[in-house]
Formats: sequence, structure tokens, C-alpha cells
Amino acid sequence: MTPTDGSAGAGVYSLDGEDVAFRQGESILASARRAGRYIPHLCWHPEFPAHGSCRLCVVKVNGHPGAACTIGAAHGLEIESNTAELNAQRKMLLQMLFVEGNHFCPSCEKSGNCLLQATAYQMDMEGPHFEEFYPDRPVDASHPDILLDFNRCILCELCVRASRDVDGKNVFAIAGHGIDTHLVVNSPSARLGDTDMTVNDRAATICPVGVILPKRRGFSVPIGERRYDEKSVADSSCQEAS
Amino acid sequence: MISVSSPGAEQRPDAEQRPGAEQRPGADQEPGADQEPGADQNRSQKSDVDALLAHYGRDPRSLVQILRVLQEQGLPWLPRETLREVAAQLDLTLAQVEGIASFYHFLHTRPVGQYHVLFSDNITDRMLGSEALLAELCRLLAVRPGQVRGDGRVSVDRCSCTGLCDQGPALLVNHRYGMTRLDAARIGEIAALIEALVPVSEWPTEWFHIADNIQRADVLLGTPQQPGFAIAAALSRGAEAQLAELKRSNLRGRGGAGFATGLKWELCRNAPGAAHYVVCNADEGEPGTFKDRVLLSRYADMLFEGMTIAALVVGARRGLVYLRGEYRYLLEPLRATLDRRRQQGLLGTAIQGHAEFDFDIDIHVGAGAYICGEESALIESLEGKRGTPRIRPPFPVEHGYLGQPTTVNNVETLCAVVPIALSGGAWWASIGTAKSTGTKIHAVSGDCDRPGLYEYPFGTRIGRILEDCGAHDTQAVQIGGPSGICISAFEFGRRIAFEDVPTAGALMIFDRSRDMFDVARNFANFFAHESCGFCTPCRVGTALVVKRMGKLAAGHGSRHDIEVLFELDKLMHGATHCGLGASACNPLRDTIAKFRPAYERHLQSLHFEPAFDLDAELSAARLAIGRDRPAGQ
Repeated sequence: MTPTDGSAGAGVYSLDGEDVAFRQGESILASARRAGRYIPHLCWHPEFPAHGSCRLCVVKVNGHPGAACTIGAAHGLEIESNTAELNAQRKMLLQMLFVEGNHFCPSCEKSGNCLLQATAYQMDMEGPHFEEFYPDRPVDASHPDILLDFNRCILCELCVRASRDVDGKNVFAIAGHGIDTHLVVNSPSARLGDTDMTVNDRAATICPVGVILPKRRGFSVPIGERRYDEKSVADSSCQEAS
Repeated sequence: MISVSSPGAEQRPDAEQRPGAEQRPGADQEPGADQEPGADQNRSQKSDVDALLAHYGRDPRSLVQILRVLQEQGLPWLPRETLREVAAQLDLTLAQVEGIASFYHFLHTRPVGQYHVLFSDNITDRMLGSEALLAELCRLLAVRPGQVRGDGRVSVDRCSCTGLCDQGPALLVNHRYGMTRLDAARIGEIAALIEALVPVSEWPTEWFHIADNIQRADVLLGTPQQPGFAIAAALSRGAEAQLAELKRSNLRGRGGAGFATGLKWELCRNAPGAAHYVVCNADEGEPGTFKDRVLLSRYADMLFEGMTIAALVVGARRGLVYLRGEYRYLLEPLRATLDRRRQQGLLGTAIQGHAEFDFDIDIHVGAGAYICGEESALIESLEGKRGTPRIRPPFPVEHGYLGQPTTVNNVETLCAVVPIALSGGAWWASIGTAKSTGTKIHAVSGDCDRPGLYEYPFGTRIGRILEDCGAHDTQAVQIGGPSGICISAFEFGRRIAFEDVPTAGALMIFDRSRDMFDVARNFANFFAHESCGFCTPCRVGTALVVKRMGKLAAGHGSRHDIEVLFELDKLMHGATHCGLGASACNPLRDTIAKFRPAYERHLQSLHFEPAFDLDAELSAARLAIGRDRPAGQ
């Protein structure tokens, strides 16, 4: 969505006391990221319009909370992001995502390349805090080249958007409501093997967590040498999502 | 009748002629709606879906209506094959259609019974014994709540508040028939009729009587309905002068937020767009609220008159009423009123002879989703999508229905436009307080002698309302529904006004016999049930609150659990995508702050307690091995 909130023209705003220059029409998050500044996020991706669902990027804009990905940058804004209060809030949101699904990092092929895991480290998350939901989400291994493990889905809808807007295939959709909201596959059998998805699709590599994984490439890069093993998710060289 | 039944499936017993309501030819009425039952047993599913889709112009934006009507006229649920057919013809994917169907509580992608009975599960229904009646009906019919009986005959479940709180306990049958004032005798009769396979349309008509219960009328409920008078007054003033009159009245939105109606209309009027729309928010989902039901039942002319004046001011040619699915039984009477107004020259082309003034109104029936009361979610639903709130800005006044400037107003707000058009903005502004002008209708329910509608000028003392409705020994009043505010006895001197205690209209009364923890828990379940699931804090947070409240209710609570509830409240206030999540912990926060002993009665200890009960988990194993002493003894 195009930010329209007073974002006419370029200018400068203050992020945690330091000036950030923005271009016309840019959101707070996009402009901060371009300037090499880190605002935690999961559902936002530079190639796609803002989604606003994960709420990790909620900052205080002139004292009022709002999602940095959906609010247009405007000259003179005072924005707080890297504060104890907001980071504690982000940690709770991460803990909510961890207990909602089934996340076992030690056995996950995405470990070290996972935006959820890396952000949790960055926010000093040491445990789940809340009671686990342990949902029953069978994996879908029907596709010859791609594994779907719904246990790790955080409902960022990046795969839905990539398949619809880039690949033109509409392989994924969101179904249900409330805590039962879940990702579904578009085919008569509801299984990925019956879709025209290929491993070369944008949707096949967009997942920030370990739901959509290419088969037969397990641990080709050893644990310890992966993207977020080398540098933290907050490092500007590390912010390009996969 | 549209049949989408798979071979051999039984027809639902009430899927026959829709009652009354002469229809505008070729207009609102769905094809086949007036056929005799059974006439289409042999027609193929495809041709029936075809006919309905043709009626809606194969427009994906009508998807929610298409699915609702398919389910109403065929099987009581939507088999995957039907969804596949709909998807193919609307150029949507099956997953998209499934995603939309599974969003709405009243659309069923899994089987429900031929008789689908939904008990209203507001706290006021529970206080009147709904849970015992539900259990009794399930016992008589040998069915478990939430499950379909083996023969497919019946299913019994709960639903969010049906807006019948002044005459509960209430239930809905097949989403079309509302029943009030239930008791054990009536439950027995219902069970017998279901066992005898008597169509619901042949059940005694007095069972479906829904009372208005207007206990106190003021300038709004007391305005005589004279169709066309207010439109004539507005037309003689002209659009700009009518807008000025509305701004002079200081009317503020009655849906709860209190945005200035005149300013909203002005923003919409001035926003560029190929078309402008007037939308009436009749998705009265806030538990305990039922004022709009009565306005829609008895004051529909006033509502449509107000919408027509709105159209004049903002320059709209089309209006939409988003009628909540729980009020499906109002559809035919509302359509009949629209037809009469067309015949009276009050809708359609050249209204009251003004060549440039064309406007008409359609009714969109919701499908059980509280979130669609949020105006941008409502617009998404009108466009046939999942009712997820949009990113705002842009706001609907600039970018609303179909991306065009749209004013979304509450039923009561649009009704109030009529007396303002007739008597002037200054007159309206002289009623109430400076910041909250005019009157407000309160839907009063719970522990009182005379529940129903009470209209008072803004600024009325809460204690006055309690005296008038015959409330005794009152412990607390929940004002504005679960997302509103809980008022305890020492605050009954406070006044109803945007600047003191704002309200969308619900006023639920709890006497001293009630456990306020039970009240808060019922509300917590409501928010979790109605969360759209889009954003993390609301989707997971509302479910976590339910878990914690369940832990307290089961006697495993400790002070730590209350701290966690406070944490969740704080998070959801600042981090959610829309107001549902932001207000979901309001009743929790208020009741913990004001009725803490009610919580502490449920605490096992003041220190940490696990939710896991080791003794309970081991009890089966102990029984098996003949050890009867709990662990550790």
C-alpha cells in the first residue's frame, strides 16, 4: 500500500535520535533499511508492499505506536524504535509466534538462515514464556522438489504474495480465522504435488522461516556458517532477506 | 430453490419458499428462491450454481453473498466440489474461495446438521440459563455440542451474541430463524419437532416473535416516520446547506468511535473518485447491543431516508446496507421497505422529481464475523473477501468500497440525520452536552426488571438509567459491550457522553450475585472467537488470554498468571493492527482493577502454579495399577 500519511516529498526524520533521510513515498521501515538502520520485521520484504501483520516493526511515531512498514516517512517525525520498552514488546510477539507453531530450531534445516530465529536472538529471547499450543500440522512432502512444513508458518503471507504477484500461479492462500488461521495450497487434493509450483518460483525461496524448503539440499551449508551465524540480523549487510 | 446436494443427500427441511416480500423484478431476489420444495431434486448441481452465479453477474465481489445463498438454498454447508465450481466460474482459485468461506462463522466448509441450532453465547444468555438449555437439547437429541449427529439430522453449537439479550436465552436455527425467551419446555418441543422432521417454517410462528421492548423513547425513537419528508427538507436546502446543517448539529458517530459525521461526509464529498458510496454499518456485533435490530425492524424508513440524504450530500448513486448474518430474518422486511420506497419515488431515478438525484440501496448480508463491524473490514467483506481490516490510511472516505470514496455510518447515526434534516442542526445541538449532542439509544440487558431500549439525551447519569430499568443491588455495569468499560457501583454517578463514559449502546447489568470473573472470561472467549487472525498480538494474544483464564477457572491460578494477563493487555493495546485486538483486554483490565477479589477466589496460591495437574494426569494410570493415593503421598 502506498503510504499517504503526510509523506509528500523527501526529507529527514529522527530515528532514535539520529537523522534518516527518506525519499518521496517511502515508508519509515523502507527508508530506515535503505539507510542501513535496523527495525525488526518479519512479514515485510523489500520486493513487496507492506503487509503489517507481524507487528515486530511497531515503533513510536511522535509518541504514538504504529507499524513502521505501513506509515509513510514524513519530515520532522520523531521515531523511537530501539528502546527497552519496544524491544520487550517485540520479544513477546516473537514468543507468541514460537508457542503458536512448532519450532524446533536444532532439527530445522532453516536454522541459521531463519529470520524468526535470528530476530529472536537479536531481541534476547531465551525461552517461550507462554504456554505452547502444539498445533497438529502435518507436513506436505508430495512435491518432488519442495517440502512444506506448516509447523513453522508465521502467516507473513510472503509466499501467497510472491506466488500471486510474481509467479502468477496463486499456489497459496490463507484460510480459517483467529488462532485457526492457516496457510492452504491451491490444488484439488490441497497438496503441493498437484500444483504447478517449481523450485525456481519466487515463492519457493521467499519464506523467511522453514516452511518452504527445497528438497535434497539439507545442510549443504553447515550450521555455523549460515547467514545469521556470521553476522546478526541487525547488521546492515545482513538485512537483505532471502 | 437452488440445490447443491450431492447424490442421495437429504434436503434441508426449511429450504423452501422465502416468506412474503414482493420483489422488484429481476433485482435482489436470488433465482429459484420462490420454487416449491423438492421441485429441483433432479436438477444438476452445476446448473443450479450456474443460475445463481449468472444472477450475480459472475462477479467475484459477490462471493460472500453467493456462498451464503448457496448454503441457504441447498445443503446446509458448502462441499468442496461446490466451492470448486464457484471458483472456476468466478476466475478465483479453489484455495481463495476456501480461504474466504472458512473465514466466516456462518459459512460451513464441513457438514452441519439439517437443523443447525446455534445458542447465543453472550454472558446475558448464560445468566438466563443458556448453558443448561443447550445441554438439555443435546441430551434430548443425543448429540454433542459442535458435532453433527450420526444421521446428519442435527447439530447444536454456540455463537456470538445474537442481539436478543433483552429476551434471552436466544438461539438461531439454520441462520434464518431467531427464537427468544427459551425455557426447558420449549427446548423439549424443539427437540420433538426436529425428531419429527418438521420444517422450521412450520414451527409455531409465535416462537419466532421478537419483541421491540422500547422502554423509553426520546427525539429519535419518538420521531413520527413520514417517508420523504426529511428528503424533501434536505432537497429544498440543497446538498451544501444540508451538510452545513449536519455540521451545526455536531452529530457524532453512534458506532462507538464518535467521529464527527458532518466532517466524515465532507471528506467523502470532497474526495475525488469515479463514484461515491454510502454504506450503512448494520453489523451490530458488539455483545449486548441490539438497538440497531429494533431500528432496522421498526424504523427502516428512517434509516433509508438518512442514507438517501447522505447520498445527496456526498454525491452517491449507490448505497449498501451491511446487515449482520445474525439478523438474516430482517432481510425480507427490509427489502419490502426498499421496494415500497421505490414505488413512492424515494429511491431510484429522479428522486422526488429531482432529475439529477438518482440513488438506490442494496442489502449485503454478513456471515457471522464481528470484525466486519470495523469499517475497512466491512468494506473488504462487501467486496467478497475475507473480513480483514485494511491498512489505514488511506481511510474509506478517500479509498473505500471498490477503491472509491465511501462514507460508512452506523444505523443510529443515519437515523439521527432525519430529525436533524427536519428540525435543524441547532435544535439537535441543544440536546445533550456541548461535546456529545443529541440522544443515545441504550440496549439494556442483564439483571434488571425492564430490559429493552432506553433513549436518553447525552449527559444522562448511569444511575438514572439503572433506576429507570429496575436494577437492584447492582454490582457492575458493562457499558459499550466487552470492548467498552466496566463501571462499578461507586461510579454510577458518571454520565454517558463521549467526554465521560462513551458507548456504542450496550448496557449490561450485573447484580451482586454474579461472579465478575465469569463475565470477563465470557468476554475473553468472545474476542478469541472473533479475532480475524491477521496480526500476531491479537491472533495469539486473545488465545493466550483464554488459556490463562481457563487455568484460573480450573483452580490452578496464581498471582503470576494475573501478571501475565496484565502483560498481554499492555502488549495488545499498543501493537495490534486494529481496534479489536486493542480493546480485547479491556474487560480483563477493568475487572482485575475493580473486582480483584473475584479473581483471587480463583487462585490456588499467590505464587507460581503450573497449568499442568500431575495428579489429574496420573489418575487413570493410578486406577489401572490399583494405587489410589495421589503422587507424593
